[in-house]
Amino acid sequence: MIEVQHLTKRYGDTVAVDDLSFTVEPGVVTGFLGPNGAGKSTTMRSIIGLDTPTSGSATVNGRPLVEHDTPLRSLGSLLHAGAIHPARSAHDHLSALAVTNRIPRQRVDEVLELVGLTEVARRSGGGFSLGMGQRLGIAGALLADPEVVMLDEPVNGLDPEGILWIRNLLQQLARDGRTVLVSSHLMSEMQLMAEHFVIIGRGRLIADVTKAELEEMAAGTHTIVRSDELDRLAGLLADDDVELTMDHRGSLVVRGHDAGHIGRVARDADIALSALTPQQRTLEDVFLELTAASVQYHGATTVGSN
Amino acid sequence: MPTLTPTTTPAVTSSALAVPTSPGRVRLLDVIRGEFVKFRSVRSNRATLLGAALATVLLGMVFSWAAGGDATTAPAGPAGQMPGADPVSLALGALTVSQILVGVLGVLVAAGEFSTGIIRTTIAAVGSRTKVLLAKVLTVSGLTAVAMFVGVVLAVVLGQGVYAGDAATLSLNDPDVVRVVLGSTVYVTAVAVMGVALGFLLRSTAGAIGTLIGGLTIGPGLLRLLPDSFTDATLKYLPSEAGSVLTTITPNPELLSTEGAYLTLAIWVVGLVAVAAWQLRRNDV
Repeated sequence: MIEVQHLTKRYGDTVAVDDLSFTVEPGVVTGFLGPNGAGKSTTMRSIIGLDTPTSGSATVNGRPLVEHDTPLRSLGSLLHAGAIHPARSAHDHLSALAVTNRIPRQRVDEVLELVGLTEVARRSGGGFSLGMGQRLGIAGALLADPEVVMLDEPVNGLDPEGILWIRNLLQQLARDGRTVLVSSHLMSEMQLMAEHFVIIGRGRLIADVTKAELEEMAAGTHTIVRSDELDRLAGLLADDDVELTMDHRGSLVVRGHDAGHIGRVARDADIALSALTPQQRTLEDVFLELTAASVQYHGATTVGSN
Repeated sequence: MPTLTPTTTPAVTSSALAVPTSPGRVRLLDVIRGEFVKFRSVRSNRATLLGAALATVLLGMVFSWAAGGDATTAPAGPAGQMPGADPVSLALGALTVSQILVGVLGVLVAAGEFSTGIIRTTIAAVGSRTKVLLAKVLTVSGLTAVAMFVGVVLAVVLGQGVYAGDAATLSLNDPDVVRVVLGSTVYVTAVAVMGVALGFLLRSTAGAIGTLIGGLTIGPGLLRLLPDSFTDATLKYLPSEAGSVLTTITPNPELLSTEGAYLTLAIWVVGLVAVAAWQLRRNDV
């Protein structure tokens, strides 16, 4: 479990993280989302103990990571792909890490196999592609078979097959009962991977929701109606908290009534509809709306379940 | 390119090789072992250390062989300048070069952690930043001391063998030679440690190398431009001048005693390492 409590981090006048609190529970993949510069990496560095918070705290299984006996066994992390000496092989890179936490050397070969780098294990890191660097970073994170895994933008630089691979891997880690926190600035990637979402913007918490809650937020916000008698229908639908607009194709866009209600009104008024389409927003739409709001309004709005 | 991507993910946890439960706190020895793996796995580290030892031997032999017949036992110049003319100091003349090589090596293994970003991985695995710094200091100093001790002994022995000057050559049994062999090893090792400390302190390879080489070679020259009273009072406390006491058979009498030189060097080394440790603990990485 990762607990971030009232975490604030300032660099001079810049507030990178602003009174951020959330908990990452074991058993599900938690997506850590926010636009570039939202404070995701700073939060992760604080969790590892690389950055000292200005105030607040970040703990791993109840204690700051640096107080753990063997930190690598408690938290496996990937912060920055390609953090390898250009002249050092992947195998030596991992071996150097393994001995610090007294992890058996065989485990190095095992994680190299797991991430698919066995064949290039003896090649120097300077020739690694971004995708290979990511895989090596993930191997390092899994080296000690840790209870908590935290990856910063692991999907960057991976090909579609690699993305599928990491999705399966992280979901399996979560199923094994591990705590998994994965950051990204792309909801389209995270929605296939994560079951829980922590969304931040400008260092503040915007939403801490399950996937189901996020889907509920995305559900039927408006309905598109086509008919020969749209003017009459619009008159019947008009109400205080109902928004009626014409889109560029001459369809009526109704916000405030669900499709069923619109259908019944049309039937009762004997209006023939040629289209009645509830519009589902994507999770990405919701994410963009949420984060756009955070940029516009500085106050943090914590969105729970409706 | 390797065949990447097993889409059916193999077991993440191995049943057979499951990582044993925590064996207790990460020890300094564990971190040193990690640093040793890091050191030996980069070819240029091995080459630089070997090069420093070899340069000491080979250039020392060249100096000894080329010595003229007018050798005297006049006081030697400080390390970093031309060696004195006694056969042992002459044979160790290449310490000027090897001190720079091991100093740069110290900088590279320290500042390189920051330029590659590996420092974050290291600290995330170890927790204690002081242990990370100390492990690097001990690894670099241990390896440098061994390599340079061998290099210095060979340089002295082989240098005496090919010495072409008039002065009497000295044997390894001579107490002054023992003092110089140990002193040279310690001095060059101290330079390597100062390189590590500066690498951590400045986190920049170029900056740390510039500071180290500047401090060892340009610093004394600049200090000599100041009024004599000031120069006389301060110059001898520079690492390079303390080093010249330790690396020559007949040190300049205006410099410190052997004990004073060891103490001065120790203060420089411990001081720089302490400041680097304080800075590493205090600042974000």
